[in-house]
Amino acid sequence: MARAFDVAVVGGGLVGGAIAYGLARLGRRTALLDEGDLAYRASRGNFGLVWVQGKGQGLAPYGNWTQNAARRWPELARLLHEDSAIDIALEQPGGFHVCLSTAEMESRVTSMTKLLEQADFESYAFEVFDRAALAARVPGIGADVVGATYCALDGHCNPLRLLRALHAAFLKRGGEYLPMHKAERVERGAGGFSIDAGGRAVTAAQVVLTAGLGNAVLGPPLGLRALVRPQRGQVIVLERVRPFLAYPMATIRQTDEGTVLIGDSQEEGGFDESLRTSISAVQADRALRIFPGLRDVRVNRTWTALRVMSPDGFPIYEQSASQPGAFLVTCHSGVTLAGAHAFDLAPRIAAGDLGPDMKPFSAERLNEKAA
Amino acid sequence: MKRLPEAQASSIPVTIDGRPFAARAGDSVAATMLAAGVTACRTTPVSGSARGPFCMMGVCFDCLVMIDGRPNQQGCLVPVREGMRIERQSGARIAIDAPQGQP
Repeated sequence: MARAFDVAVVGGGLVGGAIAYGLARLGRRTALLDEGDLAYRASRGNFGLVWVQGKGQGLAPYGNWTQNAARRWPELARLLHEDSAIDIALEQPGGFHVCLSTAEMESRVTSMTKLLEQADFESYAFEVFDRAALAARVPGIGADVVGATYCALDGHCNPLRLLRALHAAFLKRGGEYLPMHKAERVERGAGGFSIDAGGRAVTAAQVVLTAGLGNAVLGPPLGLRALVRPQRGQVIVLERVRPFLAYPMATIRQTDEGTVLIGDSQEEGGFDESLRTSISAVQADRALRIFPGLRDVRVNRTWTALRVMSPDGFPIYEQSASQPGAFLVTCHSGVTLAGAHAFDLAPRIAAGDLGPDMKPFSAERLNEKAA
Repeated sequence: MKRLPEAQASSIPVTIDGRPFAARAGDSVAATMLAAGVTACRTTPVSGSARGPFCMMGVCFDCLVMIDGRPNQQGCLVPVREGMRIERQSGARIAIDAPQGQP
């Protein structure tokens, strides 16, 4: 006998977790199907930035959506704490993008200016810090640091606690979490959608595909195309040191517990998750040029994870034209966008229509570019 | 902690938090600290609670100590040597000095 729900969210990572939490808060009988820890799990490899600056070149609505999401964050953190008692360690003191040469600095300021001058872009203040101004805020910067750009909307959180909090809060709000339910096929049946999850069946009036790289396979039978590819990112984890870095940076941050993370590599390599030490070396070298004092601090761990990347790098929010009630969501900013997914996207899904302002995020834009 | 009766004499001079102590050849730094009656060798970076040597085989990382000025050394994996300066550590090591508190 199949389990029946109002909505089935297929994929229990940060994207699916946030949407499912939002739907459960609206009183929808929601199932969250999760593959389990054998999944690629971009959500478990996340760097943990809530990041606005620099995003949206070429798609102004994405820049605006990201800003809105960052502003949603304090409310999300508060409600998650209420519903799960988990503190996800959100801090939004603003963030720095550090530049290590005059050429880098000029190019950064030019691209930020160009970004904010786009038509329909809701402009925000970004500040340019020279070396001295940065040193006044951030102790320990190295001789190679020329300056940085700063955006007050940026922040960070603990992404592992966020994933756990989303699941716990979803349960608290009456949602049903179904682990070890890897969706193999989703199809339209009588009165809704039928999901085959390894021999177990789940039916729901609506279905939301949030299966990351798995969306590429699950989507097409429902008239939803997600041209996503894996993009590898590597992270270096240093041992805990006494707090010195009060601001997240694009490539370095210190967690609330003192751990220093170095991240933000981007490599194309298919589904290969193996670590490249040559890339770690470049990451470490840049980090040491920014903070020479980290030289003797030991590396505790390194890891790789696979980002879920669309052809143009922007999220895809799609509703099926041929099969109403089927939606597809994919992005590589599951942390930053979590509040928007829970509070802005979930109600649209519940209403059965994403609405005209979500149109720019449809996969149609990719067809146009390909044509 | 008590030595077995057949244990060799303690003859390796070290200091623990500046106080002289005679360690036994072949002991690890963690064993030396236990023999000296130091059961808590550090406090944790997050909650500040006390930790002491626990697994004695390099797994638990509870026995982190400062050895000759180098922080976060696994005491149970480092053989004691003559003249070693062993110090307990308090909280997280300092990499970059910064005023503490919110920005």
